[in-house]
Amino acid sequence: MSLRSPLSRARGLGSAKEGVHHFWVQRVSAIALVPLTLWFVFSLARFAGSDFAVVQHWVAAPSVAVTLVLFLATMLYHSALGVQVVIEDYVSHEGNRIVTLLLSKFVHAIVAAASIFAVLKVALA
Amino acid sequence: MSASKPQVPARPLSPFMLGQYYRFQLTSVLSFAHRITGIGLSLGTLLVATWLITLASGPEGYAKFQVHLNAWYGQALLFAWTWALMYHLCNGIRHLVWDAGYALELSSAYASGYISLIASFLLTGAVWALAVLA
Repeated sequence: MSLRSPLSRARGLGSAKEGVHHFWVQRVSAIALVPLTLWFVFSLARFAGSDFAVVQHWVAAPSVAVTLVLFLATMLYHSALGVQVVIEDYVSHEGNRIVTLLLSKFVHAIVAAASIFAVLKVALA
Repeated sequence: MSASKPQVPARPLSPFMLGQYYRFQLTSVLSFAHRITGIGLSLGTLLVATWLITLASGPEGYAKFQVHLNAWYGQALLFAWTWALMYHLCNGIRHLVWDAGYALELSSAYASGYISLIASFLLTGAVWALAVLA
């Protein structure tokens, strides 16, 4: 005997199909971050010791600004997903866990907004 | 009969076994390192954000931040950040290969572990060689 409702069976949808969402988006962002990270780190190395005007000019180029925004958004999203798993693993008290998770999400959102705004400010100046 | 409570033994909690009963292996150490570098890199996003915010703030703010980055502690932090990023990247690719269902045998896990560790050192060296020569 099945415990699923006739409506559920009729729809054939099973679960909400979001069980692997976190797992999946963590990997999708990881794949995107492979080229983005290598580009970012080797670009930074190339500009090590460069003065303000050189770095500003580089960031202001449309292709660089767009890639930087993609890198920042993907990195902070991936970071938020990773930190969430660590909190869920080690903070056993439910109240503390919810507060820590919320704090982490908010801080990630703030860092993402601030750093992306900084890139746009330089690019659109 | 007396209603005495059953004695619950003081059971040890994880990670009590580390170092005492648990022998570290390359595979588990690399797994810990993936998570520890991940946490470090999450904090490192603050460094990236500060760099961009000071760049947007103008030459004075940027110069002030550069003083700290060029100091010994700034360079040490940047070096640690580079290695953590390169290690997390290489070991992350190793995880993606596993997720795809490949190289799951113990011998492959050791081989890929050594590869990602060595690759992380080579990439860190390449980044810093470029930075010094630039």
